[in-house]
This record gives sequence, structure tokens and C-alpha cells, in this order.
Amino acid sequence: MSSLTVTDEQVSATPAKMIQPAWVRVMHWINALAMVLMILSGWQIYNASPLFGFSFPREYTLGGWLGGGLLWHFAAMWLLMINGLAYLITGFATGRFRKKLLPITPSGVLQDVRAALTFKLGHDDLTVYNYVQRLLYAGIIVVGVLIVLSGLSMWKPVQLYYLVMLFGDYPTARYVHFFCMAAICAFLVIHVLLALLVPKSLRAMIIGR
Amino acid sequence: MAKRSFLIPGVDKRLLIKDSIKTMPDVSRRRFIAGGASLGALTLLTGCDVIDSSSAEEMLKSVSKFNDAVQAFIFNPDALAPTFPESAITKPFPFNAYYDLDDAPDIDGADWKLEVRGLVDNKKSWTLPELYKLPQVTQITRHICVEGWSAIGSWTGTPLRDFLKLIGADTRAKYVWFQCADKDGYNSPLDMRSALHPQTQMTFKYANEILPRAYGFPMKIRVPTKLGFKNPKYVVSMEVTNDYKGGYWEDQGYNSFSGS
Repeated sequence: MSSLTVTDEQVSATPAKMIQPAWVRVMHWINALAMVLMILSGWQIYNASPLFGFSFPREYTLGGWLGGGLLWHFAAMWLLMINGLAYLITGFATGRFRKKLLPITPSGVLQDVRAALTFKLGHDDLTVYNYVQRLLYAGIIVVGVLIVLSGLSMWKPVQLYYLVMLFGDYPTARYVHFFCMAAICAFLVIHVLLALLVPKSLRAMIIGR
Repeated sequence: MAKRSFLIPGVDKRLLIKDSIKTMPDVSRRRFIAGGASLGALTLLTGCDVIDSSSAEEMLKSVSKFNDAVQAFIFNPDALAPTFPESAITKPFPFNAYYDLDDAPDIDGADWKLEVRGLVDNKKSWTLPELYKLPQVTQITRHICVEGWSAIGSWTGTPLRDFLKLIGADTRAKYVWFQCADKDGYNSPLDMRSALHPQTQMTFKYANEILPRAYGFPMKIRVPTKLGFKNPKYVVSMEVTNDYKGGYWEDQGYNSFSGS
């Protein structure tokens, strides 16, 4: 490595490996917007009849009042559902889910959790997800499917009665919907924090490499 | 990261990273500020008085109209709302309105008449004893409020579709529009297909007792395939019409179809 220096010309002249294909990036950011809209408007709706002994601060809700929150929620749901469905179809069709998220083994997860907690988890190759990432990304897809299904159950409890039955009854679907939201918020905190700790992963999600 | 490897052959990875870091934080920082700004703009929208969000409101209204169409499309006139055993009834069943119970309409059943208007053959008004003579059915269904809570109740009355047939209503009309005795003039349109749903009912009793004041004496329209606010209480008139006449909550932004 004696005489090696990196100049701007060299860096830009060397095509870097594509880490995140365009469809992933586009759908990721559409989903991010849709999720933020759904969460903030969902908090507004929650506040109209809280399930627990707390409300969300009004400054972090969308819509101004219940009616406005509902309008936002039932508008952003199309963005979330259509984009989410396209993501699932493309993810399965291109084999990305299989290649990137599988296998997930308990020993692999444990090993990577230990490595992460001792700051030894490498991010040398962003094209390969470690086991913690695989678990979280696969898990959040499942949660995403659940929150849409529980949401549809609450939206159309008569027309989609069989969906409601999946959760038991209408009030249970409401709790499922809430806890999925909580899981997504927890994921969001970790996800954003780690993206900031490994900025090149954020860059890859923006420009692809 | 003790292991040193080459990301690109011939280029020292550490130097490459060092180089990219020079540009990276800037980009990411700008991204996040931009993101923060748009998030701020969104939260500003929460107070309609803070900024003029008319274009956002127009967009949301259009989507809500689109959602009306989607709901009308997936509405199955034969799909019945689930019914429950008496043991499942919520006690006490909540009183819910935009006013206190003390301010609820206090109607004298002897004076009250149901006015019938619009596209019907027989526009005669109906007294309570006349309505009580019509065949009644009881159903125990879940009332779901737009706020999210729900409660199971027992309602007894005449299926609205039987009454519409009795008065010779034009069931090809688009809406049955109800007006109520509430202060501020509560009203609500019901699309004809929902009005003809077998479980849609002119309700005269709750839990086998004459409908108490809290639940809409003398008559409530119970529509188990709609959210609670589309179940008008203290009804004084119904009009069969092709015109969309709006509604108390619908005009303020609640989705007009609001089907279950």
C-alpha cells in the first residue's frame, strides 16, 4: 500500500458496486414517507379514543382533529399498500428476499448480536446483510403485512369479516394494529440510529452505491 | 474492523472511506435537514389556522371521494354484520354525542311525527303508535364509532327496506337523507344500497325497552354496516332523494360512505 493515494478522479472513474438497486431505493423512500404519514395520522386517531392511559402529544399528530387524521390515514394507506405490495412482489420475483434475508439461523443471530454489542460487527460489505439485519428486515416485513391486515379489518369489519376472524374480533384487531405501530416505531429508532452510525449505508439507500 | 480488505482492486479501502467521508456527512446532513423541514411542514398542517393548507385539503377531499367509490364498489348487500348472543352486550352501552346527555333532544312521543319526503308515493307523516304497529325484529350487533371504540348492543325495530317498500319509495334513488331533532340540526345521508341492507333498521327499542332518550328516542336508524355517526338518533324526517344533501359530520370531513 506504499504508493497508493486516492484522488477524486480515481474514485469517480472507478464504478463502485451497486448496493441498492433503484427499485429498492424508490420503494424504500416512498414507504418511509407513507409510514411517517400513517404513524402521525394514526396517533391523531388513537387520541380520539385512547386504548391505554396516555395520548400522543398533539404536536406529533397529523390532521388537526380526528376527521383530518382520518383523511390523512385513508389517503396515505393507498401509498403504503400499493408501494408495499409492489415491494413484496418485486422482492419475491427478483429473489432479493431469498438472497438477502435468508437464511436466518438462531446461532447466526446470536453471534451477530454479540458482535454488535461489542462493536465488532463489521459493515465491510454492504451488499451482505448480517444476521441481525436479516432478522429485523424480515421481521419488519411481517409486521408491515400484519399492520395492513389489521388496519383493513378495522376499516371494513363487515365486508372483510374473514380478516377480522384472523385476529379474533374487532377490538383485538385494534390492539394488533397498535402494537404493530409500536414495533414499527421501535424499528424506526434503531434503523435510523444505525444508518447514522454507518453513513455509507444511508448513502447507498440514496444513490445506490 | 481489524481486517483490512480491498473494496476495489488497487485502492486502499481506508483511503477510499476517508475520501468519501469528506463528501458523505454533508450529503446526509442536508438530507436530514430537508427531511426535518418537510416533517415540520407536516406538523404545521395539524393546525389549520397556522398555515393555509388548502391544497392539501383539496387533495385529501378528492381521495376521500375516491374512497367513497371504492367502498361502494366492495359493499356486498348480502354481507351481514356479525350478530352476538345477549351475553356479549356491552353494559352500560355508552351514550355518545357532541353534547352532554342533559342537552340531548327531549322529545314528547305524543307530539312527534316522522315526516316522509321526496321520491315516495305516500308522503303521509307517521305517528309513533302507527310505527310501533309495524313488524319488528331484534338484532344484537357491534356499534363501531369513528373514534375507534366499539360496543355491542341490542336494537329492535322495523327493517328500513320494509318501510321504504310500504311508503312506495323509489329505491333507484341514490340516498335516504335523515334529519334529526338535535340542536345544530344533525342530518346524514345514507346511500340507497345500505338503506336496503337487511340489517338496516328503524329502531324503536334498545335492550327490549322503549328507546331511551340517551340512545335517540323516539327513533334511531341503526345501520350495522356503517360507523356510528351514520346511525342518526332523534330522527324527525326522511327524504328519498337523488341529491347529495351532505351531513353534520360528513360536511366537516368525515368520510361520507364510512361503511364497515
